[in-house]
Amino acid sequence: MTGAVPRLHPKARLQWDEVRHRDVLLYPEGLLALNPTGAEILRLCDGRRSVAAVAQALDERYGAAAVAPDVTAFLDALAAKGLVQFAASPDPAA
Amino acid sequence: MVAKPLWLLAELTYKCPLQCPYCSNPTDFAGPRFQGELTTEEWSRVFREAKALGVLQLGLSGGEPTLRPDLETLVATAHELGLYTSLITSAYRLSRARLAALRRAGLDHVQISVQAAEADLSDAIAGTAAYRDKIAAYHATRELGFPLTVNAVLHRRNLHQVEALIGLAESLGAERIELANTQFYGWALHNRDALMPTRAQLDEAWRVVERERARLGTKLEIVWVLPDYYERYPKPCMGGWGRAYMTVTPAGEVWPCHAAGRITTLRFASVRERSLDWIWHESEAFTRFRGDAWMPEPCRSCPRKAQDFGGCRCQAFLVAGDAALTDPVCSLAPHRPLIDAAIAAAERAAAPEQPAAAWTYRAARASRSLAAQG
Repeated sequence: MTGAVPRLHPKARLQWDEVRHRDVLLYPEGLLALNPTGAEILRLCDGRRSVAAVAQALDERYGAAAVAPDVTAFLDALAAKGLVQFAASPDPAA
Repeated sequence: MVAKPLWLLAELTYKCPLQCPYCSNPTDFAGPRFQGELTTEEWSRVFREAKALGVLQLGLSGGEPTLRPDLETLVATAHELGLYTSLITSAYRLSRARLAALRRAGLDHVQISVQAAEADLSDAIAGTAAYRDKIAAYHATRELGFPLTVNAVLHRRNLHQVEALIGLAESLGAERIELANTQFYGWALHNRDALMPTRAQLDEAWRVVERERARLGTKLEIVWVLPDYYERYPKPCMGGWGRAYMTVTPAGEVWPCHAAGRITTLRFASVRERSLDWIWHESEAFTRFRGDAWMPEPCRSCPRKAQDFGGCRCQAFLVAGDAALTDPVCSLAPHRPLIDAAIAAAERAAAPEQPAAAWTYRAARASRSLAAQG
């Protein structure tokens, strides 16, 4: 699954909540507060990077070791809510 | 510290071409209290104040919000502020061109009601021939790329159609279907004897929902709003009074939920007199039942009080006569026998040998008459 290319579902919007000082994911009739790492993962989901590439980029930025399983678990949880979609290959338009 | 609101329901108008007998609007919507809709500028100020206060989700509702000619302007204002906007509409005469204009203005999500899964019954419940418009608008909504929620309010006369309603939402490619069992406020309370389902109907519908959820998985989210009269414990109404949610009525009163205005023992401030910030933090209406200091027994010593917040203040007022009592649907509430009596009356009225109970359609003439009665 780490070769799959994750992308935020078009119905969801990632934005900064300036009142509560945190990132938040907004979608129909709901919202999720995100920690900084979760928000960073979603910003890296650009339709080109695979799950493995997202984990690698995160690793390069923060030097966190072996985050791939955490990235996968986080994205899978959002996919179960219909907020993240996986493509088999990068989106040429992205 | 008091939590900030996340949700604002903007009831832009109480005018509506549909006449659904379970409408949650006040029965006296056509009376003197609700005259004088907020202007475009006033709503824009409300949205700005809401965003500054912490609101992220904005519902544009009514009545029928598309009757406001300035809807596109209001959507654009809300979008620029960074609010996630949902249009909650009957879709009566809602054209593809109007939906496209709303899309350009930045509308995020569309929720369209349907009264049943086929035209005759849907139009009979709505009291207006609207089914064809709804189907056309569903398709236009999807073609324009909006996420779509199908909303169906359930009651005795349409609960047998749950499977067909889910099938309709699936065939439309909807993201979600809300199967909202009637909550008894406003017109629904007035028409309770005609709308209340039987236990057998609910059990059958719930079996269908469980089966369809298993079949559809994440393809279609099926939201089942509990029929709270038939529950053992009350719903966590609005996630707690004054904790996350506010409603602004067409003329600017601010309520902790869309039914709270009926509680005659509370004073409600208006955005025409006060800021939303003051109303949220200081007004009697929002502070009276915030937290748990107001709770009577059996709530006060109940371990569930942090879960359900004592249930619904409106229901306590409407059924038991005092908004500060435990929600009477709770099996532990002293006033639970009133709910059981209402269910028993509905079971008798729904017996096959009984003629179908009549309801009063939600319409301006009936509303003025109910307003005059007080």
